[in-house]
Amino acid sequence: MVTPDSQVEVMASTATPIKLGVKNLSIKYGQEAALDNISLDIHEHEIFGIIGPANAGKTSFLKAINRMDLFNPEMQVDGLIEFSGHDISKVRNVYGLRSRIGVVFPLPVGLPLSVYDNVALAPRLSGENNKAELNVIVERCLRRAALWDEVKDRLDSLGSLLSGGQQQRLTIARALSQEPELLMLDEFSIAVDPVTTMRIEDVLKELKQEMTIILVTNLVQQARRLADRTAFFLDGKCLDIGITEDLFTGEVSDPRTRDYVEGRFG
Amino acid sequence: MFQATPVNHRNLSRQKLFRFLFGSMTALLILPVIIVLSTLIYKGAPVISFEFLFANPTNGMTAGGIFPALLGTILLVIGALLASVPLGVAAAIYLSEYAPNNWFTRAINIAIINLAGVPSIVHALFGLGAFVIFFRFGTSILAASLTLAIMTLPIVIVATRESLQAVPMAFREACWNMGATRWQTIRRIVLPNAVTGILTGVILEVSRTAGETAPIMFTGAVFFLPFLPQGVFDQTMALSLHLYVVSTQVPEMPAAVPYGVALVLIGLVLIMNSVSIALRMYLRGKKKW
Repeated sequence: MVTPDSQVEVMASTATPIKLGVKNLSIKYGQEAALDNISLDIHEHEIFGIIGPANAGKTSFLKAINRMDLFNPEMQVDGLIEFSGHDISKVRNVYGLRSRIGVVFPLPVGLPLSVYDNVALAPRLSGENNKAELNVIVERCLRRAALWDEVKDRLDSLGSLLSGGQQQRLTIARALSQEPELLMLDEFSIAVDPVTTMRIEDVLKELKQEMTIILVTNLVQQARRLADRTAFFLDGKCLDIGITEDLFTGEVSDPRTRDYVEGRFG
Repeated sequence: MFQATPVNHRNLSRQKLFRFLFGSMTALLILPVIIVLSTLIYKGAPVISFEFLFANPTNGMTAGGIFPALLGTILLVIGALLASVPLGVAAAIYLSEYAPNNWFTRAINIAIINLAGVPSIVHALFGLGAFVIFFRFGTSILAASLTLAIMTLPIVIVATRESLQAVPMAFREACWNMGATRWQTIRRIVLPNAVTGILTGVILEVSRTAGETAPIMFTGAVFFLPFLPQGVFDQTMALSLHLYVVSTQVPEMPAAVPYGVALVLIGLVLIMNSVSIALRMYLRGKKKW
């Protein structure tokens, strides 16, 4: 017999499966600690905001998820990160893991390839060579990144020669071309004008239907606009985590969170 | 409002001084090149003819042409490039993209730079011992080409490594984050953007290879050969050695011939280089960031 209570519990846990489970995560660069004992869960189809000042460990957190520590012998990752239930430190095909995770950096990185090739790169890396199929992917991703109308007539020109804001949308299109399950945006709006930022934010709200999004941002209002739940990082520690609106209405477990979101910090 | 202050005046006069200084240094450097080239053309051009380029030397090398030497140099340069470019580029890719940054890698890098400073006569003796005697290639085009290749490897490795490291790290990281392997990143992003720098190394190598005399003297080049080489195990004449011979070893040599040989050697290097320069300009027009 299943009691009504446990039925509710089962429904709650299946309704929002955990995409990314993080337990006791610590990151060090040599002797210097970047992240200290972080534990949090990110659910599927949510936008998870991470706010916090510089040096809070936000970028290191993203790097650890994508196993970038393999490229940096200085970077030491301890603790457990589970991606769809798999311990990523035990994943042998890290390339397969990374291809399921899209990353957008603070500063746009237009690769020195044509606009088309920038977006087609990830599908090609995973073996897609059908020209018609690539055309579809490129157009879909550029449209979603709100860039298609501006570049559709010059897909052959170099991606690295686009303007800063366009390059950032190109980077987003490139991340989407991986058809990621998890999209990680690291302060994506630094080099983008406010109008474009709003357009990308609208895109992110739609993308939530298909993927999980981690939004690292230094604009607390951006987190408020987009994130379902938000974590506040400070000096390598996660001081607060909760429903975004709660953090902004004062329901916080650490007074420093309130100070930060209200701009009274330091 | 815009009246110059004493500081403005001082900055301006210093700016003029340094511009003049750097400009005159450049002029000083160009001067010898112009003098050498114009002397060669003035004294050497009259002997250059179709026969001079495409006939065998006759009459104790005082008459006839220099075709065997011209062909020999072309063969030696091509042989050296075939051996050293793949080897050097591969080594540079490993050192720059794969090797961990530790004392051992740094030691290898320093060793390679030092290798560039080894006198060519030492390379010649090494080539004699290794290729001619140990590998039993004999004094041949093969042995001479390999000796030249070993000598010019540091040029290729250093040029390639520098141009690989000039490709911004952010490009690599963007690719790695997408799930690209190191090799996919190298092949699709790093190498295409390093090609122009690698070609610069090849240009330097061609010039050095074509002009060297010592390394080929013991390993495959001869003063005079009555026939053209038939294969890589044959000996050959070479322009650099031929220039040495006609300048110092042959009595009653017409004075213009050495100038003619030198002019042909320089012209050959220029033609070979212009191919890679053209390729480099074409690629540079395509790739930008």
